[in-house]
Amino acid sequence: MLFEAFKRERVEKIFGIPGGAIIHVYDELCSYENEMDFFLFRHEQGATHAADGYARSTGKPGVVLVTSGPGATNTVTGIATAYMDSVPLVVITGQVSTSAIGTDAFQEVDITGVSMPITKHNHLVTSVEELPQVLKEAFHIATTGRPGPVLIDLPKSLQTAEGEFRYPRKLEIPGYKPTLVGHPRQIKRAVELLKNSKKPLVIAGGGVNLSGTAHLLNQFLDKFGIPVVNTLMGHGLNPQDERLYLGGIGMHGSYYGNYAVVNADLIVALGVRFSDRITGDPKRFAPNAKIVHVDVDPAEIGKNVQVDVPVVGDLKNVLEEFLKFDFEADYSEWIEELQKVKESHPLTYEKHEKFIKPQHVVEAASRYFPPDTVVAADVGQNQMWVAQFYRFRNPRSFLCSGGLGTMGYALPAGIGAKIGNPHKEVLVIAGDGGFQMNIQELMTINRYKLPVKVIVLDNSALGMVRQWQQLFFGCRYSATVLNDNPDFAKIAEDVGIKALRIRRPDDVEGAIDVLVHSKEPMLIHALVDPRENVIPMVPPGGDIGQPLLSAPYDKEILQKTRGEQDE
Amino acid sequence: MSETVEHEHIVSVLVCNKPGVLRRVANLFARRGFNISSISVGEAKDPGLSRLTIVVRGNDRIIEQIEKQLYKVIEVVKVSPIAPSPEKRVEREMALIKVQIDEKTKLEILQLVEIFRGKIIDVAKDGMIVEITGARSKVEAFIKLVESSGKIVEIARTGIVAMNRWNLSKKEA
Repeated sequence: MLFEAFKRERVEKIFGIPGGAIIHVYDELCSYENEMDFFLFRHEQGATHAADGYARSTGKPGVVLVTSGPGATNTVTGIATAYMDSVPLVVITGQVSTSAIGTDAFQEVDITGVSMPITKHNHLVTSVEELPQVLKEAFHIATTGRPGPVLIDLPKSLQTAEGEFRYPRKLEIPGYKPTLVGHPRQIKRAVELLKNSKKPLVIAGGGVNLSGTAHLLNQFLDKFGIPVVNTLMGHGLNPQDERLYLGGIGMHGSYYGNYAVVNADLIVALGVRFSDRITGDPKRFAPNAKIVHVDVDPAEIGKNVQVDVPVVGDLKNVLEEFLKFDFEADYSEWIEELQKVKESHPLTYEKHEKFIKPQHVVEAASRYFPPDTVVAADVGQNQMWVAQFYRFRNPRSFLCSGGLGTMGYALPAGIGAKIGNPHKEVLVIAGDGGFQMNIQELMTINRYKLPVKVIVLDNSALGMVRQWQQLFFGCRYSATVLNDNPDFAKIAEDVGIKALRIRRPDDVEGAIDVLVHSKEPMLIHALVDPRENVIPMVPPGGDIGQPLLSAPYDKEILQKTRGEQDE
Repeated sequence: MSETVEHEHIVSVLVCNKPGVLRRVANLFARRGFNISSISVGEAKDPGLSRLTIVVRGNDRIIEQIEKQLYKVIEVVKVSPIAPSPEKRVEREMALIKVQIDEKTKLEILQLVEIFRGKIIDVAKDGMIVEITGARSKVEAFIKLVESSGKIVEIARTGIVAMNRWNLSKKEA
């Protein structure tokens, strides 16, 4: 019954690990071998992140199939990651038989209770008759409005129960009617503000990627000549006029991006949620601007910042409406002002003759890999360097855990992205800390011979926390030094994945050239300068107009991480 | 909108009568740090629907968030704010009060019950149970007065149920 529903929902790929309370479903899977592909992972967290990477990169819901108890709880981090970034997942967990529920049976856990605050919706199935309806609802709720994960808990006794399968065609959920059409009066008010503005700025958020409207937004920007910045989740924009693009904003945004926010007189925020990593101190965020906020989730509007014009609706509809308007606008002075700041405060780094700079690796990868490459970054310094130095020109091409900040996300998410995009290059960029959190999924790459490309930026530390300790805790490196890291290239080779280990700056471009052209999966273990910090940085809760623009090296770090003397 | 002034607010929430709904709503309040002063649950007009009446403290911004977050719960069908002014709404709460009595206090309490139009629903030699219904202010005033004359052993309150008055709800519809 489950797989019949999957067929109707056009599910092609399933991610998971079997177990006692889902064994009947896995048995049934054998009969559907020709209709959908199943991918076995080595940890349920890996399977869930892979489904997430699949969903983010393709726009289709990711389907996860795991057992009860620990199988279910192992998906929790993956579900929370997807929830924070509004990624559509349908997670099916096995549950002990209905008669055993509540008895603390073997591998019993109340997963609907556990997952309640991290799912868009969840449901414990109580009868086989309701199953088709419940599944239809799950896919509908996961993928419409503001997307998100839905969990269905399926007791073992119902997995073998017989029932008539009648899949509902239409759904009537009384409490679920997302507003998709933006209110015409609010849209008109927004356009009026735009007409009268001298310094408008669009902030594009994750919603632009989720709603598949990057092309409409590019059109909108080019039509009216409005400059744009994006949040971490909003990468992938490509207006024809490159001058309009001002990069990322927030804690590690570019100086000029944040400058644009602080100096704009009008902010048009599209599918953003004004997270604290973007606003810094919300009272000093965009102090001179009126704010137009477009989002499909009304609860986001006015949650973190005060909004002047709220527009609840699907970006597709709202952008199409915006594009219908015609007016002469001249923001060229503003664009010139921004251009000057961009030139005087570029995003940059200094190369070193002895040490590989992590930014160099990222920037080289950005040059060597084809433009439609999907990049999965992990969390921490590596993620910020990717956001700063990799130029994403396509929507759904940058995957990372933005809201939850889940280390260990990149490798399995990259695997999921490759499964969903077999014809695109998929590049995983992780730090040494996060890479070890789901390193077991290297086996999955080899098992399915998926030509995923991996770069581990190894600075022998939990780098972002180390950076905070250097800057805000007087260089006391409490539990952040990883001076005992393994040789990741050897591990990869042992698993059956081709690998290179590099430590000299001269080797960077050559290695990346090999990586791009490899037909098989391949890993590069790059030993990078452990002293490097992510700059610019707005201290937490600070004014995004006043970031730290430099952070001197701590000379002790080399000694502590690599046992080498600094010069 | 006021960011600082906290006040009490009543929200009437229509939900699908499914297992776990109350838990979902309670969870939401806990998770977002909203404070519930009282909550009451019962069947609504339509079969399959229940009505929750929630009294919550917070500033305007928090109240707005509560309403929006409630709407995100799939089983929540409608969230209706109840007018803050007593002229525009009716509210009722019922309390059962178990009180100790002796010859001296018995008469005092009987008088109070009469003034407040309460009911005595159980009497024994040294105690009784009183039922009192009304707006919360009335229930609280009654409890205070009973406390000053006799010893209260136990109180059970239903929490508030409330509706907007006829004219207002017609205009809204």
